[in-house]
Amino acid sequence: MSTADAIACGSPYFTGDLRFPGTLVFMLNNTNDILTAVGIVKTFPGAVALDKVNFSLRRGEVHALLGENGAGKSTLIKCMTGAYRRDAGTLTLDGTEIDPHDTLDAQKLGIGTVYQEVNLLGNLSVAENLFLGRQPRRFGLVQTGEMKKRANALLAQYGININVSAALGSFSVAIQQVVAIARAVDLSGKVLILDEPTASLDAQEVEMLFRIVRDLRARGLGIVFITHFLEQVYDLTDRITVLRNGQLVGTRETASLPRRELVTMMLGHELQSAEKAVAEAESSSGPVQFRFSNYGKAGTIKPFDLDVRKGEVVGIAGLLGSGRTETAELLFGVHKADSGTAEIGGKPANLSSPRAAIAARFGFCPEDRKVDGIIGELSVRENIALALQARRGWARPLSAAEQNALADRYIKALDIRTSDREKPIRLLSGGNQQKAILARWLATNPEFLILDEPTRGIDVGAHAEIIRLIRELCAQGMSLIVISSELEELVAYSSRVLVLRDRAHVAELTGSEITTEHIVNAIAAAPGAGEHP
Amino acid sequence: MIESALRFGHRLLPQLVALTIILLLIWLVFPGFFALEIQNGRLYGSVIDILNRGAPVALLAVGMTVVIATKGIDLSVGAVMAICGAVAAASSVRGDPLTVTLLLAIGTGLVCGVWNGFLVSVLNIQPIIATLVLMVAGRGIAQLVTEGAILTFNDPGLIFIGSGAFAGLPMPVVIWLVFGIAVTLLVRRTALGMLIEAVGINRRASTLSGIQTPLLLMAAYMLSGLCAAIAGLIVTADIKGADANNAGLWLELDAILAVVVGGTSLLGGRFSIIASLAGAMIIQAVNTGILLSGFPPEFNLIIKAAIIVIILVIQSPRVQAGVTFLSRKSVR
Amino acid sequence: MNQKYLPLIATIVIFIVSYAVCAAQYPNILSTRVVGNLLTDNAFLGIAAVGMTFVILSGGIDLSIGSVIAFTGIFLAVMLESTSIHPLAAFALVLVITTLFGAIMGAIIHYLEMPAFIVTLAGMFLARGMAFVLSIDSIPIKHPFYAAMKGFYYKLPGGGRITLIGGLMVLVFALGILLAQRTRFGTNVYALGGGAQTSALMGVPVGRTTILIYGLSGFLAGLSGIVYSLYTSAGYSLATVGVELDAIAAVVIGGTLLTGGAGFVGGTLVGVLIQGLIQTYITFDGSLSSWWTKILIGALLFAFILMQKAILLLSRQNKRYS
Repeated sequence: MSTADAIACGSPYFTGDLRFPGTLVFMLNNTNDILTAVGIVKTFPGAVALDKVNFSLRRGEVHALLGENGAGKSTLIKCMTGAYRRDAGTLTLDGTEIDPHDTLDAQKLGIGTVYQEVNLLGNLSVAENLFLGRQPRRFGLVQTGEMKKRANALLAQYGININVSAALGSFSVAIQQVVAIARAVDLSGKVLILDEPTASLDAQEVEMLFRIVRDLRARGLGIVFITHFLEQVYDLTDRITVLRNGQLVGTRETASLPRRELVTMMLGHELQSAEKAVAEAESSSGPVQFRFSNYGKAGTIKPFDLDVRKGEVVGIAGLLGSGRTETAELLFGVHKADSGTAEIGGKPANLSSPRAAIAARFGFCPEDRKVDGIIGELSVRENIALALQARRGWARPLSAAEQNALADRYIKALDIRTSDREKPIRLLSGGNQQKAILARWLATNPEFLILDEPTRGIDVGAHAEIIRLIRELCAQGMSLIVISSELEELVAYSSRVLVLRDRAHVAELTGSEITTEHIVNAIAAAPGAGEHP
Repeated sequence: MIESALRFGHRLLPQLVALTIILLLIWLVFPGFFALEIQNGRLYGSVIDILNRGAPVALLAVGMTVVIATKGIDLSVGAVMAICGAVAAASSVRGDPLTVTLLLAIGTGLVCGVWNGFLVSVLNIQPIIATLVLMVAGRGIAQLVTEGAILTFNDPGLIFIGSGAFAGLPMPVVIWLVFGIAVTLLVRRTALGMLIEAVGINRRASTLSGIQTPLLLMAAYMLSGLCAAIAGLIVTADIKGADANNAGLWLELDAILAVVVGGTSLLGGRFSIIASLAGAMIIQAVNTGILLSGFPPEFNLIIKAAIIVIILVIQSPRVQAGVTFLSRKSVR
Repeated sequence: MNQKYLPLIATIVIFIVSYAVCAAQYPNILSTRVVGNLLTDNAFLGIAAVGMTFVILSGGIDLSIGSVIAFTGIFLAVMLESTSIHPLAAFALVLVITTLFGAIMGAIIHYLEMPAFIVTLAGMFLARGMAFVLSIDSIPIKHPFYAAMKGFYYKLPGGGRITLIGGLMVLVFALGILLAQRTRFGTNVYALGGGAQTSALMGVPVGRTTILIYGLSGFLAGLSGIVYSLYTSAGYSLATVGVELDAIAAVVIGGTLLTGGAGFVGGTLVGVLIQGLIQTYITFDGSLSSWWTKILIGALLFAFILMQKAILLLSRQNKRYS
């Protein structure tokens, strides 16, 4: 297909973003492309996960795929590796159109994937993991000696020398990653997808991994690299593709994309967005009600100070993996702090478990509703009553009438769309589940409410309502901590914004400092140095 | 109120229909099945017989239901029955007063429950593995107590539990009915039922909502131990002796079966004690029915296996997904 | 030191130490006669336990084997009593039946996505029920072939005998070890125990492997039934009740993780021998009661479960600092 054709037929290769006029890129059907995806569409019941997304990967390049949670990164990967069947769009690998029907198929075609939580078997030996299903045999018996020899030879290419007959699980995650990469490359050999491979590695291990990735790039592989560490993106990758809300934002050369612009692409807002309507609530000058001093937990989040006043919303901003959720879980006692103190109204408070936090009138709407929030088989009514009931203890049940009244009140107040309060909550849409979890906490009449990504993955209408609710609750004198990757949102309702990076609190913005631009700058600032490129 | 009664009826419908069909089938081959007569102020008849003989499994099913609702399982109940029966017999033979004997047996059951609960909730060992330990060792412990013999006793008070009658009904029937209703009221009139279901469905989300998960798990296994103790007392009192080898043998499997027949999922969550009791009666009705209708008792186990297979197929996630798919299609 | 051998070594050490303790008290226990009997008396349990090892390694459980052994015994007795079929033909027939029986359970577990526990519980009832239907009496087997088989043994110095069935058990263990350690099927079994979903992603044929595993367990339960019928020269439908429990205990005491994925077929042999040793000791002692067997086995079971848990915790910590 020629460029002219591409334009004529609705330009499926047009990947620029109108808001970035400088980025208009026409991706020619370059013979150097090893994998191209054009017009990929994937819908789930009630949500469009990918909306006509284009992606191209060249031979011998490391290509970063970036975006916040729910942006569609993993859906795109799953469509390319056959884990999901796409609804529309074409995949071309090495010049031929492909249609992998599962990951094994994609593997055979040449697309290998390595996940953050290594998808190998820790109980098998390294050699068995490398050669599972294709062990060398003679007379039906596996030749273990030959297999070990081959495993050693394979791993030597990656510069590691380990006992290949030891269980894979006995090695560090970094070694396991390398074994997974060796297996994927050995099996597939054209395209390697690395899904957050560095999330649990230390600096030295990351260096080892990067050396290997650069080697593979030199060997001509196309490598897709998913991460949430921006330093690593600039350190390693050649090009960057950013997705947001299931749509392609753009594909850019790493070297010519300023870090700030990248963050803007990911978080998606107009740089010249309106200043915060400065309605400096009198609350922010009131006495501090909740005070956390030097609060932290080794290996989870570095110690931080946090003061929250009555009727104040403190926003927490930061990229995925920056320590946002860890901060929330620490405040709520899911993890026990190993340094610092917590005070409520000037008195020391015990927040050593969720139960203790709830007794101190805390509430927590977790980020992963399905795993940490809803009790799927229980009704909307029971889900709403659960936390209040747990606090009252089993011997003091809420009567059926009380539960019904509670459920009805919040179904009405939060506009939870359900045909019936007795409907199992798993049948509700994401936004309504979110509102029901919020109702669970509001029913306990909390004084300190932590909302982790309250507006993620819910439709626009519910979105606006939750923001309205946050404002209302704050006006009623409740103190809120809201974590969100939607910066306009944070700007709109926060009286202060904390910015997190690399599991540490790096900035606190107040008053007129709270603009999306300042937040982006704080997130993007390279540690210890000025702005990248 | 009517709404919840209707829902309750809907939940129990399959079990009640199955029980009715089985009873009618027996009646067809054995016309005297529903006949009752009163002798010495006490009811006799095949139906009473089913209620009476089903008592141990019914009692075990009460505790097993709650344990299974927490996503657990208790394999040790049969062995615990034997231990508690042995303790009761030994105590009676020693000449302890009846109350001491009963307290000792029930205390033993609770201790066994604490042991299982400790392994599951504190050491976080998988329930099937944790309770296997007591299943294997329990019968040995029971024999240790009885010193290998069948320990017979003649305390009329203890014997009354097994073969006495109250208000015309055999004591075992009275006990399981009263106990089953009491536990049902306990879990449904307090918040326990809901909290247990929440823990069984999503342990992490429940803990995050402030539920004391470890305590609830411990309580579930203690209830199971208590049920096993009472069932052990009945079995021991019935034969006026403790048979450490055979008391409660394989009854854990029958109890699990009763729960499964009662429609409570082995994956935890929603449970109904009443439905499990109906399940226990279905199993006993099948056993008695085969005997009464002149079938050789050899077929008993095959029919039991067939029932499990049918229930398995109905409850299988694959089959259910298929059924939902079809019914949705037909609605459209 | 490779951590995966730790439970196996613990088992072997326990066996050697307890054997030494027994021998110190009753030197006779060292005689080849006792050793030979240890093999012969536990042959049927050992063979069935090999099948159970594969099932447990894959993360499953098979409650049906005791019933299948009894069914096999009564099936052989009835066949040999009422037909003129040669025992070898009857053996082949019953092995086909029990293998199919296991394979069907495996298929139900895989395709209906039901827990192995309940499926094999149904299998346990069914097999026992079939045994009852065949006969509820104990039927002696008086076929001359049986007598010939019994006279077939290898004489050890010191008066001990390796009987046919004792030898067969050792052979089954040897083949089991080969199957587990040196075939693709064996690795697939371990892979399933490590995680069925991950295995599927890595290309392990999960369905076929599951069916083969339970088929193998059914086959070995059938073989164990044949051995048991040779051992007792009779078939009885109430025999071998609860053998599945002894087999599970042997597997766990043999160092296999009850949740699957780690362990050795060879360890199960040691587990069986430990159980046999406890019984032999109690017989030698004479004053000790038989119930100590169960209590001791339960205690060993508990110790091994705790040890596995501790190893798991330790390896997690080690990994963090390695």
